[in-house]
Order: sequence, then structure tokens, then C-alpha cells
Amino acid sequence: MATTVQEPPQIDPRRSPDNGNSGNSGGRNSAPVNGDRRVALDYSPPPSSTAIWVVLFAITMMFAAFTSAMIVRKGSALDWRSFKLPSILVLNTLLLLASSVTLEVARRRIAAFMGKSKGQVESPARWLYVTLVLGLLFVAGQYVAWAQLRAQGLYLATNPSSSFFYVFTVTHALHVLGGLGGLIYVIRKLSRSSLRRSTLVATARYWHFMDVLWLYLLLLLWMKL
Amino acid sequence: MHDMSAHAAQHQAPTSFIRKHIFSLDHKVIGKQYYALALLAALVGMALSWMMRIHLAWTNAAIPGLQALSPSGAPGGVMTPEYYLQLMTMHGTIMVFFVLTTAPFAAFGNFFLPIQVGAEDMPFPRFNMMSFWVTFVAFVVLISSFFLGDGPTLGGWTQYAPLNSVGSVSGPGQGLGVVLWMTSIGLFCIGQLLGSLNFITTTLDLRVKGMSLMRLPLSAWAWFITSCMGLTAFSVLMPACILVILDHVAGTSFFVASNLVINDQLQPHSGGSTLLWQHLFWFFGHPEVYIAIVPGIGIVSHILITSMRKPMLSQRVLIYCMGALAVLSYMVYGHHMFVSGMNPVSALAFSFPTLVITIPATITVLIWVFSLYGSRLRINSASLFALGFISMFVSGGVSGFFLAQPSIDIMLHATYFVVGHFHMVMGVAAMFGIFAGTYFWFPKMAGRMMNETLGRIHFWLSFVGAYCIFMPFHYLGMAGNIRRYSSFPDDFLQPLIPVHRLITIAALLTGAAQLIFLYNLIHSRFWGEPAPDNPWEATSLEWSTATPPPHDNFGGKHPVVYHDPYQYGVQSSVGDYVMQTSPEQVKTDHEEK
Repeated sequence: MATTVQEPPQIDPRRSPDNGNSGNSGGRNSAPVNGDRRVALDYSPPPSSTAIWVVLFAITMMFAAFTSAMIVRKGSALDWRSFKLPSILVLNTLLLLASSVTLEVARRRIAAFMGKSKGQVESPARWLYVTLVLGLLFVAGQYVAWAQLRAQGLYLATNPSSSFFYVFTVTHALHVLGGLGGLIYVIRKLSRSSLRRSTLVATARYWHFMDVLWLYLLLLLWMKL
Repeated sequence: MHDMSAHAAQHQAPTSFIRKHIFSLDHKVIGKQYYALALLAALVGMALSWMMRIHLAWTNAAIPGLQALSPSGAPGGVMTPEYYLQLMTMHGTIMVFFVLTTAPFAAFGNFFLPIQVGAEDMPFPRFNMMSFWVTFVAFVVLISSFFLGDGPTLGGWTQYAPLNSVGSVSGPGQGLGVVLWMTSIGLFCIGQLLGSLNFITTTLDLRVKGMSLMRLPLSAWAWFITSCMGLTAFSVLMPACILVILDHVAGTSFFVASNLVINDQLQPHSGGSTLLWQHLFWFFGHPEVYIAIVPGIGIVSHILITSMRKPMLSQRVLIYCMGALAVLSYMVYGHHMFVSGMNPVSALAFSFPTLVITIPATITVLIWVFSLYGSRLRINSASLFALGFISMFVSGGVSGFFLAQPSIDIMLHATYFVVGHFHMVMGVAAMFGIFAGTYFWFPKMAGRMMNETLGRIHFWLSFVGAYCIFMPFHYLGMAGNIRRYSSFPDDFLQPLIPVHRLITIAALLTGAAQLIFLYNLIHSRFWGEPAPDNPWEATSLEWSTATPPPHDNFGGKHPVVYHDPYQYGVQSSVGDYVMQTSPEQVKTDHEEK
């Protein structure tokens, strides 16, 4: 399905029911009290921007909990058996990093599409599809990594080290799948010309965070496993 | 190209019954749903406490109906020691999670936070709806453990390792019961995280014109601070629950050490860390109890100011104290682990912040008390419960000073002293906060007034009754009465049995008094006197809109805020107060910008 060139969303501030007084402009201009005046700020982050930081913080705390569990568990007994990380993880990492790059390319093209140079941008969603595919390949690659471990006889309960490997990588992969859902949502919104810039920004932040988180996990597992 | 002006996702007023009352996106309906869930949970939790108390006082008493619930747990209606522990676990879990986290934070917060900031709804109404239904499913999963397998888990609401991970060999309910508990609480964490997401974004991004952060009512600040705590705490409990479930179903060994023999059977696990669970759990667990009390602090402050007709000595300091409680709560969690076998130096490291955390709590109480001094307090059910909150918070809090010191805690750990401490601060003070909020906000939520006489009777019976129940717990603890025992056969505990009997009688009577509240709630909901828009002559935004508020909270108008929420004791055209939304300028000593 080719994406056709569409009209960018038309935003008429007068149509918004509160004339811009709440939400984005809420709390900016304080009504003068006893003759005081306060400096009015013109911009406040839309709720999705705050929301994504909240979500990323919660995810960080969860992985912090797993990290501390791993460190404690490793030190609590002598049964920790280190093993070599499956080789495909290198390829998976490159795929994920590439997907972040393609996502940034997509953002710029969409921004251009929604801006002045709309006539010059064809298929603004193309690079989103590329990101989507790279993300799916990453998850598939993780599955291969798990299969490689199973071939070596390393299952979830074989050893605490393998337990944590699976716990970390499965949890991360599930969150990546969530990010893929977000990308699909963005693609659909774009095709209906109802994509908000803040939604795209939030989705991109989440996706890049998955990237950074994966790099941290790779380092952690490589050093500590 | 401008982005669309960000505000609460607008949704049309629903028309179908399902959309109006069941799967509603409206934060007000969601708040009421949470309240109903908390009410149901409180009744179940209270009934469980009655069964526990009867068994403790009269160990061989047959409780009617109990055999039908569990033939193996209560043959002939007399509960086995294991069944006592199972009921105790469910009592604690239901009360802490489904009453004390749900009612003050999720119920009142969902209903009133958007209105108090001036918004039409939360920014993510679908996540909000999801958060309630996920919490509801969590409750159903928890309750189902009564009826599935060999009953609910018996490991206490704290679910310590290795008992939580070894399975059925360690007792009834330790197989399926634990998995259901962990699943339920894991779901509960997700529900609360979704809720925190909405609360934080509402407070930061949806404030209406003129509503600076310092002009937010103290209740709004309390909900905001609580949601920040919940965000950090629940996202640690959930992975811990996942690891326990893996220990059960996947054969891993995160929490069970090697060479563990239970009932003459060597357990197959090896190498796990028992203390790891305690660290993960209490990192959540201590902020959790502040999640239970901080909304109460905000609600009680809000009610007292309205009733005193004057602001607190310093609203700003109260906000800082609530924030300090939140931040410090993460540094004190090891005070639950003084005698767990961890390094005694870390005991010292946890004891110090535990003593420091008493400072913001004390400042809060002193501000309340000194603000009350010289005020002409309007007495009604809401302000009575607010005063009762202060009394209970102090009484329960001071025993914490003793428990904070490891040397004393060695004697008092796992005795009734601890049980008395947390019941007074959580079981009574936080409950009084819920009652105060109910009597204060019921007119706005239901459009009708509650019966004031019944409210006062409810207060006095609860106040006196709660002291009669829980003060003796401290004495019992100092006398060496161990907690989490289903009976006390030891010689040195025999003289304490009459104390237990008195407590049980007080508990049953005080429990009966709660039925007055229940009757008042239900009767007023349908047949109470219609409430005016602002029955308490209060200033915050919820009182500036219709009773009950329309679908979009302000009837198409967007309020503009001119004042802080505590302009009382001034002379204005309407009386001794100025509403936040009134442009009237009055002579005032101090105004928060």
C-alpha cells in the first residue's frame, strides 16, 4: 500500500473550545492580583511529553530492580556459571541502532511533509515502515539468540545466570513489541492526517529509550553474566 | 505549523448505560468506581479481622459459616492455625492495597484532582478506565484464591522468602495461592502505574489559567506527591512479583537458598537470596505506607482550613513536608529489616533517616495544631474526622520513634507493638482521612447531603472504639506477645488473654458502628437532602461548579484562577472567604502567587 500525499492536519486554534486557555496555555498567564503582573510563558509541553517521561521512568525503575536482583543473586551463592553471550546479539544490536537512525529520518521527512515543503515529500511513512521492519527483525533475532542458548542446554532455570539473561532480554523484547505497537499507531494516524507532532515525538523518545536500554543491558550482561 | 492545543482528550458525554456507568472514560465515574471497590474491600477486610479477633480471644470457638468457606481450613468452624494465617494474610493484603491505596488516592484523587486544577478530565481517559478495571480484576484474582486450590497464601501481606517460593510443601495455599497473590498484586501495580501517569500529567500540564503550582490546594499536592511515590514504588514491586512467579512455575531459584529442608523434604532450589525479597519488597513497602497516609494529610489539611475559616500557618511548608516524607521514604526501608540478619551497620544507616523522617511529620502536626489554636473551628462530621486523624496520626506515629531504633526494635520486632503502631497510623488514621474526605466531598459527588447526626455518632464510636482496640496492642507488645500467632499457649502469655478478649469485644462493637456509616452512605445517596453547590463555603475549584459536576466539569466554561485556595477570614461580598475563581480583590494578609 503506497502512501499518498495528503493534506497536513489543519489546526484552527479558534475551534479549540477553550480558546487556548487550558492545556497547552493553561497556567501560563496568571491573572493580575492586586495589580501584580507576571511574565506569561507561551509554551508548555503537551501531556504526552510529560507522560512519556513518566513511562520511561517507571520502566527504568523496573530494570533497576532486576539489576539489583541480579547483583545480589550473583553474590549470594557459588553456583553462578558465566556463559558466552550468543553471537547474534551483535547483529541484533546493529539492527536496533539502525532502526533508531531510520526513525529519525522518518521524523524529519514527516516534519517536512507537515510543514512548508509538503509537495516535495513523497511517502512520508516509508521510513516508519523501515523502522518497523528493523524492529521486528530485532525481536526475531532475539528469538534466535534464545534458540542458540537452548541449543547449548541453557534454559530459564538451568542456572541463575541464564535465568537473568532470559528475564532481561524477554522483558526488553516485550517492551520493544509495545514500541512497535506505538509505531503502527503513528503510521495509522499519519495515513488519516490526524497525527500530532507530540505523539510522534513521544513515540520516538520511547523507541530511542529502548535502544539505550538495550545498550545498557548488553553491557550489564556482558560484564556481569 | 502549530500543534493542536493540548488538553484533556475530549470525549462526548456518553449515552448508553454501559458507557455511562461501567466502561466510563469520565474521571468522576472512575473515582466513584474506585470508591465502591474500596468500600467492598473494606467490608471484606473487616469481616476477616472479626474472624481473626474471635479466634485469638476464644481459640476453640466455632465460627458459623466458616466450615462452608473452607472445610479443611476450619473443620467444625474452628480454624486451624494455618487458616488463621491465611485469613490474616488476606486481611492485610486487602486492606493495604485495595482500601488504603485505593480510596484516599485513586478514588478521591480521580474524582477531584482534575476539577481542582480546572481541567475537563485527565489527559488519558482510556488509560484511566483501564487502570480501574485492571485493579478490579486484581481484586477478583485475589479473592478467587479463597475458593481455588487449598486456599489463599498464608505468608502475610509481606510474603517473605523462602516461604513465598517453595510451594505447597510449606503449607496450604503456598502453591496456587501464592501465584494468585503475586498475579493479583502484579496487576494491581500496573493499575496504579497507569493511574500515576494520569495524575502526574494532569497536575503538571492541565492546570487552568491562573493556577500556578503554589495555588493548588493541599489535597492536589498530596495526590501529586503520592503519584510520584507510586510511580517509583510499584515499578519495583512488579518485577519482584514476576521473579517469585518464575520461582514457582519455571523452576528458577531467585529467593530460595540451598539445602533447605521443609517437612523433611530437601528443596530442589539452590543459591537464592532470601534477603533479596525483603530488600525489593520493602523498597516498595515503605513508600507504600506513605502512599497510604500522604493523601490523608492533604485531605485533612484541606478540610481543616475550610472548617477553621483561616489558612494554615504555612501552606508552603506543608507542601515541603509532604515532599520530604516522599523523598525520605525511600531511604528508610531497612527499618523493617533490623533483625533480618543484614549487616548491623546498615541497620544504623537506616535508623538515622527513619528518625529524620519524623521531623517533617512532626512539623506537619505542629502546623496543624498551632493553626487550630485560636481558630473558631466549624464542627461537623468532616472536621471531627480530620481532628481524629491528627490524634491517631500522633498516637500511632510516636510508637514509630521507638521502633526506629535497632536496639529497642530487637525486643519489639514481630510483637504486637508493631501491629499497634501500623494499625493506628494506617488502619485508623488513614481510614479517618477516608471518612473525613467522604463526609466533606459526598455532597459534591452525589448531589446530596449526608446525615450529620449519624456522622457524629459514627465519629465518636469509631474514635473511642479505635483507641480501645489498638492502644492495648502496645502493652501486649511490650509484654512480649508475638504477632502472627493464631493462639498463645505459652505460660507467660496466659495473663494477656483477657486483654485479647477485651480487644475483640471492642473490635466487634467498633465494626458494628461502621454499619452506621454504611447506612448513612447508602441512604443519603438516594434520599439525602439535595446539596447546594458550596455547602461548606469553600474556595477551591470543585466548589465553584455545579453539584454534582457536569460531564466536562465546568459546563463549557473554563475557570480562571485569581487566588490561592485558602483565602478565608477575609471580608468579601459573599462572606468570610473568596473563591479561587472570583476576580474580587480583597484585603488579605498574604497570598500565595
